[in-house]
Amino acid sequence: MESSFDVARIRSHFPILEQKVRDRQLVYFDNAATTQNPLAVTDAISDYYNRYNSNVHRGVHHLSQVATEAMENARKRVARFINATHSHEVIFTRGTTEAINLVATSFGQAFLKPGDEILLTTLEHHSNIVPWQMACERTGATLKVVPVNLRGEIDLEELAGLLSERTRIVAVAHVSNALGTILPVKEIVKLAHRYDIPVLVDGAQAAPHLRVDVQDIGCDFYAFSGHKLYAPMGIGVLYGREELLNRMPPYQGGGEMIEKVSFEKTTYNELPYKFEAGTPDVGGIIGLTTAINYLATTGFDEVIRYEDELLDYATRKLRSIDGVTLIGTAARKTGVLSFLIDNVHPYDAGTIIDHYGIAVRTGHHCAQPLMDYLGIPGTIRASFAFYNTTAEIDLLAGAIEKVKEMLA
Amino acid sequence: MTIEETGKQIAAEFELFDDWMDKYNYLIELGKGLPLIDESKKKPENLIVGCQSRVWISAEYMDGKVVFHADSDAIITKGLVSLLLRAINNHTPDEIMNADLSFLDNTGLKDHLSPTRSNGLVSMIKQAKFYAMAFKAKETGTL
Repeated sequence: MESSFDVARIRSHFPILEQKVRDRQLVYFDNAATTQNPLAVTDAISDYYNRYNSNVHRGVHHLSQVATEAMENARKRVARFINATHSHEVIFTRGTTEAINLVATSFGQAFLKPGDEILLTTLEHHSNIVPWQMACERTGATLKVVPVNLRGEIDLEELAGLLSERTRIVAVAHVSNALGTILPVKEIVKLAHRYDIPVLVDGAQAAPHLRVDVQDIGCDFYAFSGHKLYAPMGIGVLYGREELLNRMPPYQGGGEMIEKVSFEKTTYNELPYKFEAGTPDVGGIIGLTTAINYLATTGFDEVIRYEDELLDYATRKLRSIDGVTLIGTAARKTGVLSFLIDNVHPYDAGTIIDHYGIAVRTGHHCAQPLMDYLGIPGTIRASFAFYNTTAEIDLLAGAIEKVKEMLA
Repeated sequence: MTIEETGKQIAAEFELFDDWMDKYNYLIELGKGLPLIDESKKKPENLIVGCQSRVWISAEYMDGKVVFHADSDAIITKGLVSLLLRAINNHTPDEIMNADLSFLDNTGLKDHLSPTRSNGLVSMIKQAKFYAMAFKAKETGTL
């Protein structure tokens, strides 16, 4: 299956993968937590710091202009990546979490009042729950939660039934970080927009594995992180529809976001700067846009197809092991394979698997409400990227057999 | 035997294994051997919530010595809990409060005791020392 995709060449772009962990070749299956950076990205960042590091937007000098241009070109590149209508609809944040906090705070301040409802789903990451709970505390709004079935899927009719004239916003994951379920976000947006309810999509797990087109989805906000997209930690994106962003107050105050400051009154800058207080992470922005270009050069469609094949192979492989139960068997999935081994606590399994040099994640994956609903303490999660191989999945299967020998 | 002496003994036992798998097999055996605590003691106030595994701990004070009962839902954590209890059980509050538990560093299992591991063990040690402190305070009438 790997003939059409030169994974050996891909792996040579990621030097971190070439190392031994506990005397064994590292197998990195924790990509849903963070992905690795290709040399192109780390080179671009060091090139930025070595050649044109400078504060953006306020300088007339040469370096500042070069840095500003790089940053604004990056914004255009990101806008193209998600097919935003305007590049000023792309706001740079520290990550998905900050992007959602921005919306929960700023949208909340403008539009939420006592008795209003915010609609989420059971499978949200804590980052798409807690900011809304905090907004509820500030405004008197309440949370409504769409249930998930045992396969890890959302029922659209149930979601539709929970929409009401009190619903002010719907906030849903595009892809579940714990189960890998792809949610029907386009259909969710259609339902919500019937009542003019805006929709925020948490795209942290989707951006690396799916072609995201915010106009096609029709969502009002879309958030994702650089570090799950082969770029550094600390940079992320909030896409917001111009018309809504213009009606929202700034999130943080400081430099860059102002038009004119006096002690009597400050007027705010226009989009996107209104939401980008302080010096931005220009190095991270350069890293992010380089990662996006790297994916394009590699062939994003090829990447997606190969990753789907990997998940399919892993699903079949683990399903064939006695005593392994897959958690999350939705019809449409990407990137993530969560499972449990009969009579073995995920922590114990993860500890043994780590001794085989295999990085998986165990625990509740910051989705405690989902784990509570499923009645399990957590799962073992293997999450894939296009630099992984079927041979690595075989190694995981071998380690699972060892876990069973020792613990089951 | 002092807590430190028991600790040295435990570390020496673990030095006998060359292979990580043998260490873990031993730990798993210990975990399986640890008497389960009463379901009635698995109440929320005895629960230490780690992100990865949960630990329950309760304590009794008898004849000037503290006896802990503990349990975990993960067997490796439970094995480690049993090592800790072997060292600190049946000692005075002062001995427990001042105990040096660094022997665990020499067992090759140190990673499990890092706070970033969030398996409840670090909090369990803290909790055990709090129990000791509370028993002492109660006895000396400072509480």
